Amino acid sequence: MVLEVKDLRYHLPGNGRPLVDGISFSVGAGETLVMLGRSGAGKTTTLKLVNRLLEPSSGDVRVSGTPAHAVEPTKLRRRIGYVIQEIGLFPHFTVAANVGLLPRLARWPSDRIDARVRELLALVGLEPAEFAARFPHQLSGGQRQRVGVARALALDPQLLLLDEPFGALDPITRLELQREFRALASKLGKAAVFVTHDVREGLLLGTRIGLLDGGRLAFLGTPDDFRASPQPEVRKFMEAA
Amino acid sequence: MAISTGLALLFGLPLGVLVAHHPAWRRPVLGLANVFQTIPSLALFGLLIPVFGIGAWTAITALVVYALLPIVRNTYTGIAGVDAAVREAGRGMGMTDGELLRLVELPLAAGFILAGVRIATVVSVGIATIAAAIGAGGLGVYIFRGVATVDNTLILAGAIPAALLALLADALLGVVERRLVWRQR
Ligand SMILES: Nc1ncnc2c1ncn2[C@@H]1O[C@H](COP(=O)(O)OP(=O)(O)OP(=O)(O)O)[C@@H](O)[C@H]1O
Ligand SMILES: [Mg+2]
Repeated sequence: MVLEVKDLRYHLPGNGRPLVDGISFSVGAGETLVMLGRSGAGKTTTLKLVNRLLEPSSGDVRVSGTPAHAVEPTKLRRRIGYVIQEIGLFPHFTVAANVGLLPRLARWPSDRIDARVRELLALVGLEPAEFAARFPHQLSGGQRQRVGVARALALDPQLLLLDEPFGALDPITRLELQREFRALASKLGKAAVFVTHDVREGLLLGTRIGLLDGGRLAFLGTPDDFRASPQPEVRKFMEAA
Repeated sequence: MAISTGLALLFGLPLGVLVAHHPAWRRPVLGLANVFQTIPSLALFGLLIPVFGIGAWTAITALVVYALLPIVRNTYTGIAGVDAAVREAGRGMGMTDGELLRLVELPLAAGFILAGVRIATVVSVGIATIAAAIGAGGLGVYIFRGVATVDNTLILAGAIPAALLALLADALLGVVERRLVWRQR
């Protein structure tokens, strides 16, 4: 298993209400676990507990067998590709510099960085010759999302955490990126946790579905089980689709 | 003047970073810098003379004190203004605090920081002129001597170069600013 999470809990210091309340799941290579849940359910918080942007109050996180708390946070994060909700490209860097930043910090030789950047841009469907030298503000929303994904893949991490990466897109572009992501995920064989509140997106992309509700994992199973589940939390979501 | 602005930058930049990253330091540091800024320059000279004596050191210290506030404040404003999502993305991909500061926060704040340096420099020229009053030399000497002897030529011989110096420093830093700083949109 690439990612194993056991009995994860998180509450803010002081305030007693837990934001993540005892959740367990695991994700293997080639699997995409879709984390569904309404706004405020704790999806982003869960991802941040995995890469230690937040420190769990209790519970166990293992990445490729190694306990996350035993690794220095910055080292841990370099082994995990992370795409945040707002993408957060560096506005003063070109597309190539954004994608090549981690390799540069890892002191790769520059010709290897260039080759990697070209490879990744092609992988996410951006013509390197056209896009490498552009700045983020010269891209459309969909192109920015692609760059965000390429940047997360730079060091070839085994685990990807994606926080609503296709959030603010028109339905057609969104569908296009979803299709591409599905092809990419099975081609690369990564383990991915994909957060969304869009059930259709979840059912399209997930090999498994988790449903977060008030910090608890109300459901965890295959997309087919999810469709058929009589659980009221699941029904509510299915009806909204 | 270049020395004092350099020194102010040397102290001001780390202070600005400190204040931006540790909210607890914000009020005391900015507050203190503000207090110094508010003291009239002649009064500050008066306070410093017992410590450093009459001459250049008192003047330089005073100039550093005055130049500090715009630099600290602008460094802080610049760094605090960096998009939270950009910082979060950087941290999330495994950048260390130092890498984040060097590669993301300072470059993105560069416009504000240079604007602070520019203000600091212009303020410094003004105060450096007054520093003649405490025997630190400079163009102010002509102005004060001219006033004392009611000699307009002498006054202008000090005042015109001092004004030109301020304008020149401002224009020069303006050029640097435009050259160096990544243009927002
Ligand atoms: N720093 C914080 N202080 C207080 N409450 C917080 C903090 N961070 C998150 N929360 C609360 O924790 C809960 C879960 O937040 P989280 O960001 O994980 O939700 P989410 O499922 O990602 O929602 P969305 O779909 O809107 O992104 C929310 O109720 C939120 O208000
Ligand atoms: Mg969220």
